[in-house]
Amino acid sequence: MNMPLTPEQPAVWNDPEHHIFKVSRRSFTDTQVFRDEYNRIFDKCWLYLGHESELVKPGDFVARIVAKRSILFTRDAQNKVNAFFNACPHRGAQVCRERKGNAKSFQCFYHGWVFGADGTLKSQPGSECYPADFNANGAANLVPVPRLDSYRGFWFLCFDRNVQSLSDYLANAKEWIDIIADQSEVGMTLVGGTQEYQIRANWKLLTENSIDGYHAINTHATYVDYLKNMQGSMSPVPFEGTGYDLGNGHAVIEYKAPWGRPVAQWIPLWGEEGKIELAKVRARLVERFGEARADRIATLNRNMFIFPNLVLNDIMAITVRTYFPTAPDAMQISAWALAPKDESAWARKFRLSNFLEFLGPGGFATPDDVEALEQCQRGYEAMKEAPWNDMSKGMIKEKVNYDDELQMRVFWNEWQRRTQATALGKGDA
Amino acid sequence: MLTIDTVTREQVEDFMFLEAEMLDEWRLKEWLTLFTADGSYYVPTTDTPANASPDNALFYVADDRFRLEQRVERLLKRTAHAEFPKSKTRHLVSNVRIRARHDDELDVGAAVLTYRTKMGLTETYIGSYRYRIAVTPEGLRIREKRCILDMEGLKPNGRISIIL
Repeated sequence: MNMPLTPEQPAVWNDPEHHIFKVSRRSFTDTQVFRDEYNRIFDKCWLYLGHESELVKPGDFVARIVAKRSILFTRDAQNKVNAFFNACPHRGAQVCRERKGNAKSFQCFYHGWVFGADGTLKSQPGSECYPADFNANGAANLVPVPRLDSYRGFWFLCFDRNVQSLSDYLANAKEWIDIIADQSEVGMTLVGGTQEYQIRANWKLLTENSIDGYHAINTHATYVDYLKNMQGSMSPVPFEGTGYDLGNGHAVIEYKAPWGRPVAQWIPLWGEEGKIELAKVRARLVERFGEARADRIATLNRNMFIFPNLVLNDIMAITVRTYFPTAPDAMQISAWALAPKDESAWARKFRLSNFLEFLGPGGFATPDDVEALEQCQRGYEAMKEAPWNDMSKGMIKEKVNYDDELQMRVFWNEWQRRTQATALGKGDA
Repeated sequence: MLTIDTVTREQVEDFMFLEAEMLDEWRLKEWLTLFTADGSYYVPTTDTPANASPDNALFYVADDRFRLEQRVERLLKRTAHAEFPKSKTRHLVSNVRIRARHDDELDVGAAVLTYRTKMGLTETYIGSYRYRIAVTPEGLRIREKRCILDMEGLKPNGRISIIL
């Protein structure tokens, strides 16, 4: 079904009364939309920066790109966590060119200015040529990001000084982050190793894909075959669950699934040792949270999306995934495995094995997702003649299923509210 | 018969070139026979030490023999969408060197450049190989194959949907 496009028509066509929800394919291809996304979303929203476990000791640092900016994420000598723009206040060169490490100070190699892990200028060659009060106002220190805050070990930054608090921004997503953070009594940690990759597709396609329960049966047919082939890799649990709107564009699907979970759904493949191990994990969860919440943590899976670009999937393993567009048809992705610090070597091994079976660009599932996203992007070249995506699955229901499309509609409504994008560009009419 | 003390670099090269040919011709079931019964195949992430263990670090690929067989079975299906239609690949193996010999096993290093072409795009995977090759009465067999990528992440490749 098509309707005539006008320059005023919003890119997201949401008509609940008639159960219509369509998204203009221009949203995925247009360079003006892409620029507006940076100005109105990535420059305005809280963005995931890193996890507390990446900065353990004073002096630990990580340098990474967040929304095009090079950011230096540090733990200083006072144990305070900081985030600075990785650009020398003198002439702008990146002061840190390593990706991670431990350092007392950072020296810009261009002219030799030296900065502490707290960002303050420590020394500059030729300081006698500057006034004694040259840095009295701190203007020669590394520039901190306008806002920095954390929730349960997840650090976020915002380039807009006037943004609402992180707590308000995360809205109902907080209680779902708790379900992940509560999986350890001593804290969660990223396991060493980053999966980094690039997909030749618009970033919003990965948002949809990360929380899409509908595609699994088709796209991941070979993964399901694999589970069946592997003796004892399934528990007798059917796929069932629902999707939730968490506010501010965040959403989640929560569902049962037959794969093993290191916290804590046992499968026969894991043997008696695994059974004893997981029974202990489960019993401790019951002691801490009671039967109902322990059951939810242990046996339910969650694919959660935090607007605009953070995915926390607590499935056969936990992945933290963030991504940024570099062009309308290209994005860069970073993904990590998150685990309880205190889990046994046994559990860690099976967790990582589980992770690789499904997740990541070398797994049995993600490569097919990448293929799907790139095929969609190719399809959108016909966006003038075939302009709409359909996102209406489940609109006719009172209570949606996990494989309906409510969670994507939550994302798109927030995206539309922020970008005010139109289905047709001004010059395209 | 090959023995651990007499096997030459040329024989190892022939074996690795044969492997490359099998991969490029998608003779994957045959390729599996080049591995020992406990053979494994690893591709670590690019910010992980080359000798890291998949038991405590996140890799791209960490297959034991069972999962390797399953990988092959998957890749030969029409429903392995990332490789349907199948891409064309070319593995160029070079700089082969026997680094050490111990017990029944050779420690072999090499350089590798693999091209993958599909849907009008050609992608390049640049890296080194490290093999543990068993010298058996039946010939050389791979006990462990590790492909260590020199790239910073899979950019712009986006996936390892072929065998590297």
